[in-house]
Amino acid sequence: MADREIDEATGVETVGHEWDGIKELDNPMPRWWLWTFYATIIFSIGYMIYYPSIPLIEDSTQGISGHTNRAALQVEMAEAAESRQVYLSQIADSDLQVIRGNEELARFAVAGGDSAFKIHCSQCHGTGAQGSPGYPNLNDDDWLWGGDLDAIYLSIKHGIRNDEDDDARYSEMPAYGADELLERDEIAQVTQYVLQISGQDHDRELAALGEETFGSECATCHGPNGGGDREFGAPNLTDAISLYGNNAELIARQIRKPKHGVMPAWGDRLSDETVKQLAIYVHNLGGGE
Amino acid sequence: MNNIATVCILGLATFVAMMLSALSQDSLFSAHMGILCFILLCTTIVFLRRFEFAPSGAAVSPPDTSGYMDEIVRYGVIATLFWGIAGFLVGVVIAAQLAWPILNLEPYLNFGRLRPLHTSAVIFAFGGNALLCTSFYVVQRTCNARLFGGDLAWFVFWGYQLFIVLAATGYLLGITQSKEYAEPEWYVDIWLTIVWVAYLIVFMGTIIRRREPHIYVANWFFLAFIVTVAMLHLVNNAAVPVSFLGVKSYSAFSGVQDALTQWWYGHNAVGFFLTAGFLGMMYYFVPKQAERPIFSYRLSIIHFWALIFLYIWAGPHHLHYTALPDWAQTLGMVFSIMLWMPSWGGMINGLMTLQGAWDKLRTDPVLRMFVISLAFYGMSTFEGPMMSIKSVNSLSHYTDWTIGHVHSGALGWNGMIVFGSLYYLVPKLWGRKSLYSLKLVNWHLWLATLGIVIYAAVMWVAGITQGLMWREYDDQGFLVNSFIETVTAIHPEYVMRTFGGLLYLLGALIMVYNVWRTIRGDVEEADKPKLDAAIPAE
Repeated sequence: MADREIDEATGVETVGHEWDGIKELDNPMPRWWLWTFYATIIFSIGYMIYYPSIPLIEDSTQGISGHTNRAALQVEMAEAAESRQVYLSQIADSDLQVIRGNEELARFAVAGGDSAFKIHCSQCHGTGAQGSPGYPNLNDDDWLWGGDLDAIYLSIKHGIRNDEDDDARYSEMPAYGADELLERDEIAQVTQYVLQISGQDHDRELAALGEETFGSECATCHGPNGGGDREFGAPNLTDAISLYGNNAELIARQIRKPKHGVMPAWGDRLSDETVKQLAIYVHNLGGGE
Repeated sequence: MNNIATVCILGLATFVAMMLSALSQDSLFSAHMGILCFILLCTTIVFLRRFEFAPSGAAVSPPDTSGYMDEIVRYGVIATLFWGIAGFLVGVVIAAQLAWPILNLEPYLNFGRLRPLHTSAVIFAFGGNALLCTSFYVVQRTCNARLFGGDLAWFVFWGYQLFIVLAATGYLLGITQSKEYAEPEWYVDIWLTIVWVAYLIVFMGTIIRRREPHIYVANWFFLAFIVTVAMLHLVNNAAVPVSFLGVKSYSAFSGVQDALTQWWYGHNAVGFFLTAGFLGMMYYFVPKQAERPIFSYRLSIIHFWALIFLYIWAGPHHLHYTALPDWAQTLGMVFSIMLWMPSWGGMINGLMTLQGAWDKLRTDPVLRMFVISLAFYGMSTFEGPMMSIKSVNSLSHYTDWTIGHVHSGALGWNGMIVFGSLYYLVPKLWGRKSLYSLKLVNWHLWLATLGIVIYAAVMWVAGITQGLMWREYDDQGFLVNSFIETVTAIHPEYVMRTFGGLLYLLGALIMVYNVWRTIRGDVEEADKPKLDAAIPAE
């Protein structure tokens, strides 16, 4: 350390090394830095004594708190379950109408249904249950499979056109174009007729021709006036609401090769209490019957 | 190695790559080996064209190997800037993709493939090249010795570029082992291992043949970075390939052990790549630019060893409240907290080195860049330990707060220290008396700083919003928000974040222009006095 010198700007001695012109001062470590470092070490030791920390052969030290994430979670979940138990047991034991009639229970069911809807249903039906092309809007009073509490409950529980539940609601409209059940011009005529009964601009001549085909081919499910039939989940064709689009092109496409929506059976995935809460929630959105 | 041998090896490698492409078990491996074959073919042709023919009997003059090996540093500077721009650009693109999902172009340019491209480009391509070239520059000067191993350093440089290209093209093709920051598949990992060992040999060899009695602190940090990254890389990438002619491999670890190994790696990639390595950079360029001695030798020893010892244990804090055993979570947290002061030791030693030279901040935008870099380093190394506290982490984990945290570190600390170091290096390496324009450096500085501040601030807001919305329950104990509602809530922040990134990119483009003009030898003469005059004397 023969090359120690005093740095002029600070008056501190250097340690006497030099690399490519860089020297080092012999300042001590800042006290506040050192003491904060010690403090974090002391805190850490205390924390390690309090919580599980040192791995042993079989297990680890448990810490004087005995805290584990798993146990803490179980306690919290148990507390939450207990606070809801009163309501949930009533929901489990009651009919949907009874739940709806009981103001307090209904409020709980709507809140629970809202939460479950956001987790399980909003992906398709939208966060506001407003739906999107192919996925029904649940706020209105236009129902495919029925809009009373029991019908909604069954739709949720068993789902629609899925392979997993034998009681799933099922129906399938024939592919009139793809399977060559109707001629091209017949489809065009029926399309014009559907436009007519839903109150839109249409070609009168074609619609008149289409009415006959509609009577023989479509009325079985959609009803003689096109009012739909919930027995088959056949939509009402006379209103402005449609699942796959309401203009001539989209109607014709649906006749040629229909799309069929699928919904899972939630009875297999959610508790019956949750399905009931969902039914109450959806019924409560505005269109319930 | 002479040219004939090099050409033979390259030609053979080209042939092997072609055979691998032809015999491959899957189309991805075939495509990837095809790319490799093309690169090797081009390289072979370049080498073939470099043959020099001396008249028979006349000795071919050997290349001059007396001075420092600076040509490689020049290449490194250019590579750093190139990959920096690429990485920042992809960052802006993926930020925009998050704000406007329609910008996802399937399949090659969707977020899932571009995101690792961005992280690898900025960390390993931009940061890695910066570390390569600065470490080569610093170790020669502080050891007073030429790089060890002759052309081995060139192998390291070009081998590393090949690694980057293979990793990047792999991501775009959809080849990934889905380990964050370690996405390249087994064969690219093996290549990087070879390159990295060569890097270690060059660096260690240079230190061993130094003509200084002591090893300078910057070299401790560089060496810690090289050695530890080698260990991390080897352990985390331990995997069994399904076929030696296919891309897919299976990790040697499974379940929570895999997760812990990954985050032991992931956190120490931050600790040793982005912290230790860059502290090495800081310990040379800050005292050089400030022309002041290092503040405290004793502090540098203590904070070096404390940092090296403590960092390696902090990884489990990435796995709070998961299947990881409680004891490991406790250790991950306390080691992170103890890491606070050792990290700050580097900041103190950097900032206090300016003691006696604070006035230079008024006239030197490059020094200002170093100071801002150190300030962001200090901020993010406080934020990190804070976020590792379990109760804080339960709010911040999985949110954009984490993204904001990494970016204040990466853009602020890593980016700025690289920019400063390159601004120092460029005039020296190309023999110019100064940079083309200090005014442009100042523009770069403020654009980048503004970009980081916007980025970090909106990510705090976005992250805390997310965290609070995810845990929001109503008075009956039901969750209030659906996931998509928490996404739409932070859309404005996503847009702002894109804007912040754009400013940062703009600053870097200004730098490229400035560096290019400097290399060409232009100097804006009127620059310096004007800057002085613009700042009133106290």
